[in-house]
Amino acid sequence: MINPHPGLPELEYVKPATLVEASQFLAEHNGTAKPFSGGTDCFVRLRDGVLKVDYLVDIKGLDGTKELSFDPKKGLTIGAAVPMNKVATNKDVIAHYPNLAMAANSVASYQLRNRATIVGNICNASPAGDTIGTCMALDGVLNVHGTDGFRQIPLNSFFLGPGRTVLKPGDVVISITLPVPPAGMVGVYKKLGRNTIGDLSIVGVAVLGYPNSKSPSGYTFRIALASVAPVPFEALKAEALLSEKKITEETIAQAADIAMESVTPIDDVRGSARYRKLMVRNLTREAITEVWNQLSK
Amino acid sequence: MAYQRITLTVNDLTETVDVPHNMTLLQMLRQKLSLTGTKNGCSAGECGACTVLMNGEPVNSCMVLAAECEGATIVTVEGLAKNGKLSKVQEAVAKAGGVQCGFCTPGMMISATALLERNPNPTDEEIRQAIVGNLCRCTGYFRIVNGIKEAAKM
Repeated sequence: MINPHPGLPELEYVKPATLVEASQFLAEHNGTAKPFSGGTDCFVRLRDGVLKVDYLVDIKGLDGTKELSFDPKKGLTIGAAVPMNKVATNKDVIAHYPNLAMAANSVASYQLRNRATIVGNICNASPAGDTIGTCMALDGVLNVHGTDGFRQIPLNSFFLGPGRTVLKPGDVVISITLPVPPAGMVGVYKKLGRNTIGDLSIVGVAVLGYPNSKSPSGYTFRIALASVAPVPFEALKAEALLSEKKITEETIAQAADIAMESVTPIDDVRGSARYRKLMVRNLTREAITEVWNQLSK
Repeated sequence: MAYQRITLTVNDLTETVDVPHNMTLLQMLRQKLSLTGTKNGCSAGECGACTVLMNGEPVNSCMVLAAECEGATIVTVEGLAKNGKLSKVQEAVAKAGGVQCGFCTPGMMISATALLERNPNPTDEEIRQAIVGNLCRCTGYFRIVNGIKEAAKM
């Protein structure tokens, strides 16, 4: 019988016991070995022949990859092997980072989120990564182990292009740390898919805002956009406007227009570039308005 | 081809299996253990026909390497009925007419079982959210949702 969906190509499964061992192996087999956690993205690409590797390196047993902890001073640390459902149902996440729970819950299905991870979502560097924007807006920092030991990489300098990051051969991302959110933060994630739930995003908009006495408007907003440029990015000009001008319905509409002008989407099977641009404007306006309504209560 | 010997629990039985490194949990269940209740639909983590419980949580078994399952506890649709008696979810969904061609049913039963385990009284919305990853092209979901709701009352 012909199986229309063949299994994975021939490969070797490697499960290193230590970070040093993992980094060494990955460096020695640069280009032919790939670290994985849930595998929800790389298995599909291996099956489709888009990705070719000789070794899959399971990072789930490594130190720090299972950590999920909140420290009132340092913030939240999410290990690379912590599935999204664990993050989305964690009481500290719900209490302090509800927008992250919202973004995680927007990914695919319940059973997929039992395997998919936030760090995996980030390392795939897909322009459409649903949790990336929120992690950027929350000033996430990646904790990385490489052949030279430990180092940190801020998320906003992590992406180079679709599927490309600043990670070097031998690097394993152990976890992401999200600093304690600013007091009074309100955040949302708005996702447009071909259906209400379960699909990849056509446009993803993460917005958060908080009172800030230092900014002329009295508030600071962060706006991160997904699926509308080679990498998820922050709409800095729109953010600047919201901190400079008094926040009104008009300012919000203006910021949404600026956000729309900052994107460079493509036409693809999920939507045209033009549609994406318009949807960035609409969803950004909706998201800022929602955040503002809660902030100004 | 690299092989690995793994020992795991499948439907309350301890199994020791030699698996090629590139074999998925789904392939192992069907080919090595002849548990063909779990179906291969999309092989891409979208359709949910291959859903099984891994350490108590539903996962797409096409998205898990068998080699990763050392020490794991797996429950497939074959493990839901006890002593020849269908589980509550199986009975209620069958009674509600939630089974037509039956291809999605094994995965659907696993997702529904896991849902009722973590939330014994789900709303319609919560039921629909829980089966987002289980595609059914026959029923329109209505009868399945009704069946799961009935199971919650049993």
